[in-house]
Amino acid sequence: MSLLTRRHFVRTAAVGLAAPALLRGARAAEPLKVGFVYLGAIGDYGWTWSHDQGRKQLVAALKGQVVANYVENVKEDASAIPVMKDLAQQGNKLIFTTSYGYMDQTLEAAKQFPDVKWEHCTGYKRADNVGTYNSRFYQGRAVTGTIAGMMSKTNTIGFVGSFKIPEVVMGVNAFTLAAQAVNPKITTKLVMIDTWFDPAKEAAAAETLANLGCDVIAQHVDSPAVLQVCEKRKIYGFGYGADMSRFAPKAHLTASLDLWGPYYISRAKAVLDGTWKPDDTWWGFKEGILGVAPYSKAVPDNVRAAADKIIADTKAGSYEVFTGPISDQSGKERVPNGERMKDADLLVMDWYVKGVQS
Amino acid sequence: MNAAFFIDAIITVVAVTTPILLAATGELVVEKSGVINLGVEGMMLIGAITAFAVAFDFGPDLGDFAPWFAVVCAAAAGAASSMLFGLLVLTLGSNQVATGLALTIFGIGLSSLIGAGYVGMTVPSFDSVFPDWLVADPLGRVLFGYSPLVYFALIMVLAVGWFLNRTRSGLVLRAVGENDLSAHSIGYPVIRIRYAAIAFGGALAGVGGAYFSMVITPMWAQQMTAGRGWIALALVVFAGWRAGRLLAGAYFFGILMTLELYAKASGFSFLPSQFWAAMPYLMAVVVLALMSARNVNRSDAPACLGRPFLPSS
Amino acid sequence: MRIRFEKRLTPSRFMLVATPVASVLLTMLLGAVIFELIGFDGPNAIYQTFITPIVASYKWQDVATKAAPLIIIALGLSLGNQAKIWNIGAEGQYIIGALCGAGVAMAFPNGQSFWIIPLMIAVGIAGGMAWAAIPAFLKTRFRVSEVLSSLMLVYVALQVLNYLIGGPWKDPNGHNFPQTPPFTPAQQLPHTLPGTPFPPGLAVAVLLTIAFWIIMARSVYGFSVRTVGAAPEAARYAGFDASRTVWSTLMISGGMAGLAGILEASSQLGQINLGFPSGYGFTAIIVSFLGRLHPIGVFLAGVILAVTYVGGQVAQTVVHVPEATAGIFQATMLFFILASDILIRYRIRVVREAPVAAAGARAGATA
Repeated sequence: MSLLTRRHFVRTAAVGLAAPALLRGARAAEPLKVGFVYLGAIGDYGWTWSHDQGRKQLVAALKGQVVANYVENVKEDASAIPVMKDLAQQGNKLIFTTSYGYMDQTLEAAKQFPDVKWEHCTGYKRADNVGTYNSRFYQGRAVTGTIAGMMSKTNTIGFVGSFKIPEVVMGVNAFTLAAQAVNPKITTKLVMIDTWFDPAKEAAAAETLANLGCDVIAQHVDSPAVLQVCEKRKIYGFGYGADMSRFAPKAHLTASLDLWGPYYISRAKAVLDGTWKPDDTWWGFKEGILGVAPYSKAVPDNVRAAADKIIADTKAGSYEVFTGPISDQSGKERVPNGERMKDADLLVMDWYVKGVQS
Repeated sequence: MNAAFFIDAIITVVAVTTPILLAATGELVVEKSGVINLGVEGMMLIGAITAFAVAFDFGPDLGDFAPWFAVVCAAAAGAASSMLFGLLVLTLGSNQVATGLALTIFGIGLSSLIGAGYVGMTVPSFDSVFPDWLVADPLGRVLFGYSPLVYFALIMVLAVGWFLNRTRSGLVLRAVGENDLSAHSIGYPVIRIRYAAIAFGGALAGVGGAYFSMVITPMWAQQMTAGRGWIALALVVFAGWRAGRLLAGAYFFGILMTLELYAKASGFSFLPSQFWAAMPYLMAVVVLALMSARNVNRSDAPACLGRPFLPSS
Repeated sequence: MRIRFEKRLTPSRFMLVATPVASVLLTMLLGAVIFELIGFDGPNAIYQTFITPIVASYKWQDVATKAAPLIIIALGLSLGNQAKIWNIGAEGQYIIGALCGAGVAMAFPNGQSFWIIPLMIAVGIAGGMAWAAIPAFLKTRFRVSEVLSSLMLVYVALQVLNYLIGGPWKDPNGHNFPQTPPFTPAQQLPHTLPGTPFPPGLAVAVLLTIAFWIIMARSVYGFSVRTVGAAPEAARYAGFDASRTVWSTLMISGGMAGLAGILEASSQLGQINLGFPSGYGFTAIIVSFLGRLHPIGVFLAGVILAVTYVGGQVAQTVVHVPEATAGIFQATMLFFILASDILIRYRIRVVREAPVAAAGARAGATA
């Protein structure tokens, strides 16, 4: 009779229910190996650092189920293919290639390792085992653009970019549109340095923009050079991808943050569950892969409120920076009043909005 | 377009020009002695990482003295790496072109290796050491607002010009570059002079590299000199191996590079930007051809440039 | 006690072959020691870099893919180097050749016929030759050093590439990224020859190696090239025109570089984008020297350098050494081989008595 006390019953039931799980666990003891191909060094406090933070979050969230490997400083040429194949060879079953320039290489490696799931960041080519993922970086630009528009005293803001690719164009346009929304007199001076990596040229571009009257400068380049110039010239700037305030404590107002953790966790779970499909994912604030760094002391309260409102409205879906009327540099209207631009148009954007001097 | 506009532009041009001027001045001396060292890019990177690493590691202990010490270390590192080149080329008689290229590849790799631990770090910028009141107004800024390395570069190119053209030692060095066998028969130590020239070139290349990691962008990133070493080589050719023309040519290149950015920022690019980026190299080739066309019997290049020293006795 | 270099009566053939081998072995040894000192697993790093690509059969395709363009370019360079004509601009000729071939592909977007690939290759070779013709012209007409002119043109070629793929030749379906439209299947060579892990480029490399060997060892032209380099005066007496040698060697090496470029674009990448310049043109210079300017040596040296590239990446993933180490190994091998050049023409003598005269104690060997 005493064996049928509730405690005993519960304990037995728990063991009974747990048994199948324990058995399943014993069979699936092998953790999922996840590989990461990085463009730069994980210490760069920029693009690669953010991806690596995502990796760390993945490993922490799915502890025991997932093991992650990474390779840094992989060049975006044909030599990336052997690296990807090596990762596949070493048993990684889910591999993230974290830069646009790995697109064709990912597809090639994927062909040779069809049972590995590949995810290419910021690309557009997919296959049966290759998915793509991107972040709505432009939503972050809308936030920094709002801040820039409210804080610029010269009504001239600057942007240093590398190449005229859609991602950068979207960023420039979102930055400008958001600034113009709070300050219609804003013009954006844009310099594309036409190279992926040249910190000295980025710095010279920033100096030039400052010389021409910009007092807030945003950037889409791979080093903190622009911010360092902003600090020296006592003007403002924004970090991109990560909090870069260590390079420019006074100039750095805030930064858009790339928070890849949630995406990596979701994809790893999908592979573990067996539900992984090649997808084209484009998440943003709402889904948690985009964030904003803490505002610096220089940002006044009203600006903070405005910026926070943009974030909140974006998450709620009531705000979209690419909402008409939007005209291009020649004055022609591209997006009618009230209409939101479609994703497909954004992804091939090659024109700048009115107010951008390029 | 007021005075402030021009002053800002001048300051930007100076920043762009200085590292190239430093490296080219050093290479000028090397080539004047008859040796061509294509390892400039590698030596600059070694200088850049050395300066940064020293400034970062010893900054807290040395305080204000740190950047000076870092630059000296960069010069030493550049000179040391150039000695590797010198040993192969002068004592072991190896091919100068291949050895120089090997030095560049080695310098890129070594600096990346050492620098791996310094990515994402920063040091205080090595800026003007003049008192604030002097740098306050625009005129003060354009004259005194620069990093000490800028003044060092200007002094160096003028000193090298004076040395080569107005001193006996400079004459000897030039003689070694023009006709090493004759110089040798007169009794000049050709090899030793070339070693000294190579070391000098390495030291200045190292300082040029330090300018990147200490002044323009106080941080370390792989291959942060982004090809400036090759522009410096082009500059020596473009200047016809003359110091005065080197100074003018360096600033000419600097103005071109800055003009490209100004044009972009102001909204006009009447020629594709790649054209501007190719300009320094195209001009170097054109100048090379023009120089030889003018001098029917000889070009301005030191006659022994690139040829190994082969005394018959 | 002093070390003297004493000129040999005839160049040592033993040293000719032993020094490259020794260079590689010494680099491996030095590398293992230094990495151990820095804190990595030195021997394992060396093993992954140098041995794994050779023993692991799944790596052979990568090694062959990397070796083919290196060998093709280096064969052309070696010819010129024997005549003491230094083509440093192979990277530029590689790029221009590939661009010209891609231009043909884009001019015939629906080309299905069998001739499209041979045409692309022919135009690719012609493009490389044309780009090399500029330094050749400047040298013969203006006595401009081909070292400087060909080098400057590399950076011009890079800008031409950026301009074309970002502007007039941009892929209309490429989401505005700087790249050419992808080649159609008819315009692409297979990644590997069917049934083998080897790319078509490797077959070309093998054939060219044999061809160059025959030319350099057995033809009058090869002899004239060697003579122009070794004894210009004698060459003149023999009637070998130095100008013509400049033109022919530069054009041949430019053509080889262009060939490597279009082969790479057509069989490996299927289009040209910003990642196309891989530095093969510069690495081929190392290959040429490591191979002692001899076609068979060049072939082996190309394989060795490809091994270090591929192995360097393996070491990066397995031992976590930085990606930069491959470059350090390659430069070190080159340093060793350049340093050991002197041993071919001179032997080392340890002299116990004080030297009588200083003159002649240090003599440079020609490379």
